[in-house]
Amino acid sequence: MSKAKLIRGPVYVLEDNIDTDLLIPACYLNLVPTIPEEYKKLGSYALAGLPDSFPKFASNPDGSTPYPIVIGGRNFGCGSSREHAPIALGAAGASVVVAQSYARIFFRNCVATGEVFPIESETRLCKEFKTGDEAEVNIEANTVTRLSDGKIFPLKPIGAVAPVIDAGGMFAYARAIGMIKK
Amino acid sequence: MTITEKILARESGASIVQPGDNIWVNAGILLTHDVCGPGTIGIFQQEFGKDAKVFDREKIVILPDHYIYTADVKAHRNIDILRAFVKEQNLPYFYDPGTPSYCGVCHVALPELGHVRPGETIFGTDSHTCTHGALGAFSSGIGNTDAGFIMGTGKLLVKVPPTLRFVLDGKMPSYLSAKDLILHIIGDITVDGATYCAMEFTGSAIEALSIEERCTICNMAVEAGAKNGIIAPDQKTFDYVNARTKKPYEPLYSDRDAKIQAEYRYDVSKLEPVVAKPHLPDNKALARDCRDVKVTQVYIGSCTGGKLEDFIMAAQLLKGRKVAIKTLIVPATRHVEQGLIDTKIDGQSLRAIFEAAGVEPIAPPSCAACLGGPIDTFGRTHGNEVVVSTTNRNFIGRMGSKDSQVYLASPYTAAATAIKGTITDPRDL
Ligand code: SF4
Repeated sequence: MSKAKLIRGPVYVLEDNIDTDLLIPACYLNLVPTIPEEYKKLGSYALAGLPDSFPKFASNPDGSTPYPIVIGGRNFGCGSSREHAPIALGAAGASVVVAQSYARIFFRNCVATGEVFPIESETRLCKEFKTGDEAEVNIEANTVTRLSDGKIFPLKPIGAVAPVIDAGGMFAYARAIGMIKK
Repeated sequence: MTITEKILARESGASIVQPGDNIWVNAGILLTHDVCGPGTIGIFQQEFGKDAKVFDREKIVILPDHYIYTADVKAHRNIDILRAFVKEQNLPYFYDPGTPSYCGVCHVALPELGHVRPGETIFGTDSHTCTHGALGAFSSGIGNTDAGFIMGTGKLLVKVPPTLRFVLDGKMPSYLSAKDLILHIIGDITVDGATYCAMEFTGSAIEALSIEERCTICNMAVEAGAKNGIIAPDQKTFDYVNARTKKPYEPLYSDRDAKIQAEYRYDVSKLEPVVAKPHLPDNKALARDCRDVKVTQVYIGSCTGGKLEDFIMAAQLLKGRKVAIKTLIVPATRHVEQGLIDTKIDGQSLRAIFEAAGVEPIAPPSCAACLGGPIDTFGRTHGNEVVVSTTNRNFIGRMGSKDSQVYLASPYTAAATAIKGTITDPRDL
């Protein structure tokens, strides 16, 4: 995960039980993430399953997102094992999700792919931010700062998967510890 | 140790493991399908090289099932990617659409084909891989990257889950099914009540269930966030498995004094038919409390509710009656499809019963509208349909349209609803 550990920009705010069908609807699962053009396409459909009352996530003209930070509530990423979900967020240009808790496979897929950092918040941030607010996530200091008033919210340390994240994903980790050849 | 811990310990070469341990576990089976297989293959080739060989040809099972009966060009391209890989690697277990080997929904086909054996580990690129714990295996869903890793190494880094034990005793009332049991449990513990945990199901009511009904329960473990669902194997399991494979296996069982995180007890004789209302599987309500809900279509299919016994349950109610609303029947596999012809109630085949009741023309086996899919998918919703479905997820847009509403229910409740046109407790017919 060769991504910056300081992420600054507008946030996109979601609540509890954001499922993988919202993150990437099944009609786009015909796209194969390892094919570069299709990887990019997946990004343009990130969060396309949200009801139409939500602002479009990948709203830049080139199909990327103006929101590098996604904030969620509990059980973020529940549902299917489709790796297309974290990939869509990452391909759109998001770098980090900050949620109260994660569904297991989504969390694992974030770590394994290195597409986005899945960070847990200590508090219910989806009540503290609204979409478009500017924030700064500091992954080393475990904080997120609301830039409008400088208020700092604590994040949970990344925990047992830190070595995999630090290495840059599952394959990089396995190479680093000699599980597979360089 | 619990059965889950024992299987993980044996497959990691450790004598003891504890919840929270991160261990490298051998994969007994790697399962993939048309939606995640091409990406998995892509990762495998990127990371291990174009000429790399899979870790063990005998341990990879590819069951395309999601986007089969569609004109979608990419869907066909994806199956071609699978075909080319299978040929290059000379893989023996590929069930190719359009050929006699095609089966249908992977989680119904995998045990049918004898690929599920007690005491083994199964990893699959599909969250409902947890189904196969019903036969006493450790079975869990993973993403493409982890699957690509297994394809090359045969191993996966696994965090040992703590176990939640669900003890179900008592005699099943008429018209209650395994689907009701698991919807009750998910309703009680919520959609993240078992996150990262193993859900172990035990008790006399579980022992009394058939293998297919046990599969229905473990299938939905992921809907509570679980890593795996598991049921200790018994004579029923061995009879089922031995009829389908000659490969040897060694079952494992939880110790009497195994440490668990929590225990939940149910007397199933007191439970009633339920539905999960839109838009979460834990949004439980008694079927009889939803009598006012007008329904526009009923869907009976998927890895949860498209097995032969699901159709037997539906046919018991539909026999000699007419459906009042659009009713869609999707057998999960070819084997189930054949079973609709071969299985008879009072001399009438299930297929004949359904046709006489006025259901839509029966679809060929696949995942179909369970997950929406390409625009031309059979049964997909396109507007503000209200669906009662035997599938496992009712998220917004899951069956296609963001404006449709999906109620999850048992095959009995789905069939009763098809007859009345409003949500109907099957006991009220
Ligand atoms: S039937 Fe539905 S839940 Fe089951 S594997 Fe297919 S899409 Fe997934």
